[in-house]
Amino acid sequence: MPQAPFVVIGAGQAGLQVCDSLRKLGYTGKLILIGDESHPPYQRPPLSKKFLSGDVEADRLLFRPASYYDKLDIELRLGQSVRRIDRSANELECEDGSRLPYAKLALTTGARVRLLPCPGAEQPNVHYVRDLDDSEQLRSALAAGHRLAVIGGGFIGLEVAAMARGLGKEVVLLEALDRLMARAVSPEVSAYFANLHRAHGVDLRLGCSVREIVPGDGGLQLRGDSGTLAEADLLVVGIGVVPNTELAAEAGLECRGGIVVDIHAATSDPDIVAAGDCTMHFNGYLGREVRLESVQNAVDQARTAAATMVGQAERYIQVPWFWSDQYNVKLQMAGIGMPFDVSVTRGHQADDAFSLFYFRAGKLVGADSINRPIDHMACRKLLAQGTMLTPEEAASEDADLMQLARAG
Amino acid sequence: MPKITYIDANGESRECEVAAGLSVMEGAIQNGIEGILAICGGSCACSTCHSYIDEAWMDKVGPPDDIEDSTLELAADRRPNSRLTCQIEVSDALDGLIVRVAQNDS
Repeated sequence: MPQAPFVVIGAGQAGLQVCDSLRKLGYTGKLILIGDESHPPYQRPPLSKKFLSGDVEADRLLFRPASYYDKLDIELRLGQSVRRIDRSANELECEDGSRLPYAKLALTTGARVRLLPCPGAEQPNVHYVRDLDDSEQLRSALAAGHRLAVIGGGFIGLEVAAMARGLGKEVVLLEALDRLMARAVSPEVSAYFANLHRAHGVDLRLGCSVREIVPGDGGLQLRGDSGTLAEADLLVVGIGVVPNTELAAEAGLECRGGIVVDIHAATSDPDIVAAGDCTMHFNGYLGREVRLESVQNAVDQARTAAATMVGQAERYIQVPWFWSDQYNVKLQMAGIGMPFDVSVTRGHQADDAFSLFYFRAGKLVGADSINRPIDHMACRKLLAQGTMLTPEEAASEDADLMQLARAG
Repeated sequence: MPKITYIDANGESRECEVAAGLSVMEGAIQNGIEGILAICGGSCACSTCHSYIDEAWMDKVGPPDDIEDSTLELAADRRPNSRLTCQIEVSDALDGLIVRVAQNDS
């Protein structure tokens, strides 16, 4: 009897990386990548950036051409979903009722958008940005409408707002908390971006919660506790994501705000690994359990997962990094800076080029860089090596951080 | 269409037609050139499309900008002719360009 295939569920960046790494690691058996979207694996970051603005078309988002999957003998099953994992039989039950045996299984199921929980949220001109189809719909809606409302002052909401301003749209952005990107950056960086968006003409309202959405004035009316907050032709909601853990949970795998995996990306089942946005993982670099939503995590954890599938005990120990593009500003984040007890600024906000370096218990834990890529790269190196850096060095332009990083 | 010659890390050389307007990285991906990973998709964030520009083409290709110069610090074995191929736009002026792919797999 031939060996059962290795199967990967979820054809996003992590899923593709698992397949790619499996082949690089010398796995030559049958390999199947299952995705519920109709598109081959594509890049998501541009969906709220260059794709939305029309600078890049869909075909340029594909990670690999069709020939790649033939060459590496990866069977792509698109537009298909899996109903159930039968762990006792090492089989999947597919949506069409067929059964698919697996020798090893990787779950790279990603995350889905958190839906706006208020009344009236289910209307045709309420948009989300998670997949290519979402973004395509939003793109055409943006072409037709002029007044855009955005709920959520996180990366997605802010990137969409910036793009829309670039297209000359009227933009109002409502954030329930009292500052932007509160989960990811420090209050100082939040304040810089609030000023940036206001300077570009965004009507930014902080501490502002929407209670109800009603049709009105040819579009939508957003209502809060004390009446109408804004009127718009279309609304984009960017209030976070929910990990897709249902398949794993129903199969009895431990899930705790994500599919729980160890430092090897292994679940409690020796034949099942998981990687990417869907995992609550033990992060070897941070030394604690965490769920991360990023390209870095998708790729690096997927590599570890592939190694585990072929029986190599690789550990996932990588410095997290993230980025966001808003207007002509590149925000790059290294490490996890929150919470911190000391922060210092390198460079000057007035120049629109500065970094905040964060320290916890005297140790560098991260940096947010605004148009200062060299600081970001130096910080990633310093964190990876565990090189000691003092707040004084971080703040002093006389100290060459890259030199310190190179010296190790 | 401009022709780009990619020499992968194993020394295998291939001349590929790449449409003007695409990046040298995108041309490599479309043609399945080994060693160009481009995990950030061309956002100049990761350095996994690092390549060496043939000496004869350095002037025409030009130097990296500040963001790329910083990102190149992540690359293993950076040299004076190092570039991130996601940041080089293919044009008729680059017809005949030769790039050598760096070790991006490590």
